[in-house]
Amino acid sequence: MELDAALLSRLQFAFTVSFHIIFPSITIGLATLIAIWEGLWLKTRKPVYLQLAKFWIKPFAITFGMGVVSGIVLSYEFGTNFSEFSRITGTVLGPLMAYEVLTAFFLEAGFLGIMLFGWQRVGPKLHFFATVVVAVGTWISAFWIIAANSWMHTPAGYVIVDGVFHVKSWWEVIFNPSMPYRFSHMLLAAFITGTFVVLATSAWQLLHTEHKAMARKGLSMTLWLALILTPLQAYVGDLHGLNVKEHQPVKLAAMEGIWPEREAGAPLLLFAIPDKAAEKNHFEIAIPKLASLILTHDPDGELMGLKAVPADERPNVAVVFFSFRVMVGIGMLMILVALTGAFLRWRGTLYQSRWFLTACSYLAPGGVIAVLAGWYVVEVGRQPWLVQGLVRTMEVVSPLPAERVLFSLTLFVLTYSLLFGVYLYFMRKLIRKGPPSPEQLQQQLIGVKAAGYAAALAKQIKPVQEHH
Amino acid sequence: MELQLGLPLFYFLLLGFAILMYVLLDGFDLGIGILYPWFNSDAEHDHLMRSISHVWDGNETWLVFGGVILFGAFPAAYASIASLLYLPIMLMLIGLIFRGVAFEYRFKSNTSRQWWNRAFAIGSSLAAFCQGLMLGVLVQGVDSDTIALSSLQWLTPFSLFTGLAVMAGYALLACTYLTMKSRGDIQQKAARYGQRLLLFVMLSMLLVSLWTLWLQPDIRQRWFGGAHTLALMLLPLLALLAARLLFRDLGRVQRQFAADSDINRRHESRPFWLAASLFLLAFVGLVVGLFPYLLPRQLSFYAAAAPDASLSFMLPGVLIFVPLILAYTLWGYHIFRGKVEDFEEGY
Repeated sequence: MELDAALLSRLQFAFTVSFHIIFPSITIGLATLIAIWEGLWLKTRKPVYLQLAKFWIKPFAITFGMGVVSGIVLSYEFGTNFSEFSRITGTVLGPLMAYEVLTAFFLEAGFLGIMLFGWQRVGPKLHFFATVVVAVGTWISAFWIIAANSWMHTPAGYVIVDGVFHVKSWWEVIFNPSMPYRFSHMLLAAFITGTFVVLATSAWQLLHTEHKAMARKGLSMTLWLALILTPLQAYVGDLHGLNVKEHQPVKLAAMEGIWPEREAGAPLLLFAIPDKAAEKNHFEIAIPKLASLILTHDPDGELMGLKAVPADERPNVAVVFFSFRVMVGIGMLMILVALTGAFLRWRGTLYQSRWFLTACSYLAPGGVIAVLAGWYVVEVGRQPWLVQGLVRTMEVVSPLPAERVLFSLTLFVLTYSLLFGVYLYFMRKLIRKGPPSPEQLQQQLIGVKAAGYAAALAKQIKPVQEHH
Repeated sequence: MELQLGLPLFYFLLLGFAILMYVLLDGFDLGIGILYPWFNSDAEHDHLMRSISHVWDGNETWLVFGGVILFGAFPAAYASIASLLYLPIMLMLIGLIFRGVAFEYRFKSNTSRQWWNRAFAIGSSLAAFCQGLMLGVLVQGVDSDTIALSSLQWLTPFSLFTGLAVMAGYALLACTYLTMKSRGDIQQKAARYGQRLLLFVMLSMLLVSLWTLWLQPDIRQRWFGGAHTLALMLLPLLALLAARLLFRDLGRVQRQFAADSDINRRHESRPFWLAASLFLLAFVGLVVGLFPYLLPRQLSFYAAAAPDASLSFMLPGVLIFVPLILAYTLWGYHIFRGKVEDFEEGY
């Protein structure tokens, strides 16, 4: 079989970017939660908040580390595997990523050291400041990378000169038509992912460990958050969908599984098997007219279908169709959990409902899976374009020998599989180990109260010579 | 003409600055990993890891910064260099992945600790070696029209040698960093290894310089083609001076320890700055030879430059944030000043 370097490059990028996105989608929410807990601890001095912050900082650290190392790969992969793409769009995307590094990466990295290792080197307020800066850094980073990604979906503010994109208006490039929707949708998704990791863990801790106070606080806070965030996400997701309908109707048709050129009163498909060759679906389970109602606010509204464009301008319908259902399904489940939690809380039986806590504990990876599925909808849905309507993915791949890409892809698959197993192992280990005991916290508090305590101690042990 | 060249030149210099910062900062950081197998006990390994666990992430960010400046300011150069150096870049990334995660997992492991030690040492060495290899390729020059065919163009005796030389250079930087951040046995070991590495690094620099002058008539012409040769001769002379001072300081640290007297703080911390200035001089020498090319004799920085709209958009960001970044990075190092033992607490 002839190996296709272009296909391998695409597979490699899909694989490495999928692996990467797992970690930032957890850390964005987790960093924010840790900052909130640390702030609450400073304000109230209740140990349970410090315990939460100190407990979660370790899973946060390993997740962040995984995000850093897998992210560096991406910043070089544009050039290594998509050289022509880099040459013609580097003028637009490069500066956006430069701003990401300047305003976010350095900030996160610079203050992460203090957040993780600085408890006894700086005062509590300065430490809190460092934690907040790391959290804000993760949001800023999301802003720039989503701006760059959105531009590839809804390019704006450019002219093409000799095949190279030249920017006419940076404002239009950054705030391109899909950017506000994609950014809010992704940021909310990240908050929800972090929230459900904590929610699930707290539920598990409540069921199986002695750290009841911390677990209750963690569960209670994240359930409130889920109650606000998950319905909000459904609303923002709907707005995002309307935006897709306007700017990328083919993607929308793939999401909804609509084949006819135009379809009035399109049904909402709960399930179907799209058939690309026959250009229709099999085994449809549908709610009549609902897709039209949701997307056009009219039960008989018209939607564009896949056949409106030639077959070589359609994405892989099945991948988009099923990923979309996975994402929405998990989203619905999360809303259900949030509502049930609120109901049980109102009944006063939240912490005793073992069945509910057990169900919650299984939702730990829910956010991550939904994020991945959502990204497959977005990215596979844009194919065969890399820049919607302008640049075809297959035409801008580096002219590399296939064996070379196969070699690197194999290396990445091996490395990432190994590291993912290791990551899960250590997450499990850290969660089983539980939070630091009150005595340990007390000990660490001494350090926090007296900044430079350790340094002073060291000086006593070995006097510093000044007379040279 | 001058105005047109102004912005690209600025980014060319910025790129140089980013690379230099990366080489200095991640240099000592990767160097610790290269030295790692020469330290034996668990306590020593703990010490080595702790000496950089709070800064490795920031240090590596300079690599990403260099990459995106190349991407944004010189897209054509980014595109051809990255695909040309495909395998060394991929191997470097794999190396960086393993040594990066080793920081997190080693301290939390019991049974698998040996594996994380290996991941850290091998990953760091591999990344450093690949970087040296790429440096060698860029100095010797390659044919960018034949990416698909030039399967092993980057693998030459010269590039293999520069790979080793950069590893030795990073290890030297790490020795001087450890001399500054440690006491007792570890410091002594670092100072001792530092002296030996210094000799090897100086020899390598000489060899690479002669090799380059012999291989590249253009670079020979640049160095010896006029009255400015006298000014350029300052570079090797200053390098020799720095090396001599460095060797002496590392020797003093050992003698003071042997004489059981307290070690002079200046002698402990000056080696790092001397080693850094060696790197700086070598880097300037390199730029003298390669200017104005990003890809030797094929792609100059002004030919590869992005349009003005892109360059001027990044300008305020660079002018505001680079000084800020330098300020809080420096502050971060200041927070963790002193010896490693003095900030041993984890999180």
